[in-house]
Amino acid sequence: MERESVQEKQYLFDKPKNVRRLFRLYYAVLALLLLAEFGVDHHAIFPWEEWPGFYAVFGFVACVALVLAAKYVLRPLVMRREDYYG
Amino acid sequence: MGEPIAPFLLFFCGGLLAWALPPKARRILLVLVPVVGLWNLSGLGSGAHWHVSFMDYTLTMMRVDKLSLIFGYIFHIAAFIGFIYAFHLDDRVEQIAIMIHVGSALGIVFAGDLVTLFIFWEVLSIASVFIIWARRRPEATRAGFRYLLVHAAGGLFLLGGIVLRASEVGSIDFVHMELADLATFLIFMGFGINCAWPGLHAWLTDAYPESTVTGTVFLSAFTTKAAVYALARGFAGTGALIWVGALMTAFPIFYAVIENDLRRVLSYSLINQVGFMVCGIGIGTPLALNGAISHAFNDILFKALLFMAMGAVMYRTGRIHATDLGGLYRTMPLTCVFCMVGAASISAFPLFSAFVSKSMVMEAAALGNMRIVWFILLFASAGVFHHAGIKIPYFAFFSHDSGLRPKEAPLHMLIAMGIAAFLCVFIGCAPGYLYSLLPYEVGYVPYTWPHVLGQSQLLFFSSLAFTLLILSGIYPAEMRAVNLDADWFYRKGALALYRGAQITIGAVGWLSSKVVVGGLVRGLASYLREGPAKTTIALLYPAWLVEGTGGSEIGERKKRVRLAMEKGAGPVGIGAAAAIFLLLLLFLAS
Repeated sequence: MERESVQEKQYLFDKPKNVRRLFRLYYAVLALLLLAEFGVDHHAIFPWEEWPGFYAVFGFVACVALVLAAKYVLRPLVMRREDYYG
Repeated sequence: MGEPIAPFLLFFCGGLLAWALPPKARRILLVLVPVVGLWNLSGLGSGAHWHVSFMDYTLTMMRVDKLSLIFGYIFHIAAFIGFIYAFHLDDRVEQIAIMIHVGSALGIVFAGDLVTLFIFWEVLSIASVFIIWARRRPEATRAGFRYLLVHAAGGLFLLGGIVLRASEVGSIDFVHMELADLATFLIFMGFGINCAWPGLHAWLTDAYPESTVTGTVFLSAFTTKAAVYALARGFAGTGALIWVGALMTAFPIFYAVIENDLRRVLSYSLINQVGFMVCGIGIGTPLALNGAISHAFNDILFKALLFMAMGAVMYRTGRIHATDLGGLYRTMPLTCVFCMVGAASISAFPLFSAFVSKSMVMEAAALGNMRIVWFILLFASAGVFHHAGIKIPYFAFFSHDSGLRPKEAPLHMLIAMGIAAFLCVFIGCAPGYLYSLLPYEVGYVPYTWPHVLGQSQLLFFSSLAFTLLILSGIYPAEMRAVNLDADWFYRKGALALYRGAQITIGAVGWLSSKVVVGGLVRGLASYLREGPAKTTIALLYPAWLVEGTGGSEIGERKKRVRLAMEKGAGPVGIGAAAAIFLLLLLFLAS
């Protein structure tokens, strides 16, 4: 393991252009997934599975709620210094 | 031909043989044993073998059916991949402990009776402890002891239950049980401890991240899955398991979000995945059981893959905390790709393994109209992608540049990860082979448009949440810290108990030293030494006063009496008079 500092090789995501490309592709996939909804015939078990974008909204909201709860509720309750157990 | 070869025997014998071999031959042997075992397994027909009489009972050390076989297969595959991954290892103790560990896990899944099960159950725990200790660091030693204590307690539950059941039912056969009395409840709890149920789970997140690079890969595969097998065999359809499982899928993901040690993050997600299996076993329909068992099969592969990837990072950099890592895709691209395959598999992306197994459990919950459970499972599905699917690869291989430029993982590790990654994708793309191994007929079709689209939406928009939270800076920064969990109760609780005991016992000691040693004993000693002289002086004093003896003369006489008593030179008459007086008292009193 070495630490190189000067004139290091440029890697894939060191170039902002590549990062931008990745993000563009990512947003395109997101849009596509929402659009694809209209071409698919639902035969779900629960009625709410047929709501347009149910899974997308649920996934997004669930994860935001998860992170906020973990950060603002759980962490203040359980976080201790690294040497807590000695 | 006589009895077939019991799968555990190959590993136990392999372990013994490995002890005697030089390092190079030992490594080759370790990789070969699972191959031979797999070949042995493929020739086994259903049935019970190896009957051994034990007191009034008959042990069935080997029962082969579809349920035990599928676990047998995956345990062999996991051992094979794991030993390739551990090919650099030159620690005889760890290698042999792993062999015993794998062997006893196989012993459990092929045990036809509860006593055999119990014996292997205990051996499994002890072997695990040695694997944890193989790290040879104080934290690992302490975690190993805690592991031992928890599992010893679990073993006692199991033993108590088995003994009670044997005396009540008169049979020790390991078959389906109704959770109805104390005996079955104790067995149920014994299984639950190894299965890492909520509240009983802390041994896992405590010990697994403390083990070696290679040890954790093995630990993650066998203990919990053997317990899943035991539940599937003994308690399928037990309603309580539905809620236990649902809870298991949900609570660890909150911890995983704030945890810094990436192998501990994986340990939390291990509990989360086992939750899906436990829930499926609780639902108990053929679809749910198929889902639970196939998910156990898949989980062993992708969880091992993720632990291998993190192990490779640790092996190369010596670090495992998210705060110390980042940007490793630059020099460990293959490990990074394998890690992402594992991440996609655990997240149940279409074409990856969990997609074809976890969905069976969810479908079974939906068909049973279990709305709340279904929502919890869906939440956990989004959450697992969030913490295991994105967090692990992101913080290790991308995120900020840690400046570390480690070498790519060694070849044997890459091969092991490559095999696991291949299997994850293969099962995801062609689930038919896995389905054909399942104990029940599979009518489930994973690849329908609504399922593919729904799951893709769920995962991609979960990742959108992650992306936006990271970009906005709301995502909780990784911190060097300890997060309290259920192990607090015995880590701090035991200390409090010890301190409490110290204070109570100390107080009793202090009191007894004051009262007995300082008071009674000293009083008795001084009475015995000075009592006769003092009594005599007290008796004579009035006589001296009457005589009109002077102050200085009295002092002189007291001295003489003391001297006489010390030397035992008092007139005999006084002693005799005292004795007669005493006898007279006794006589009058009676």
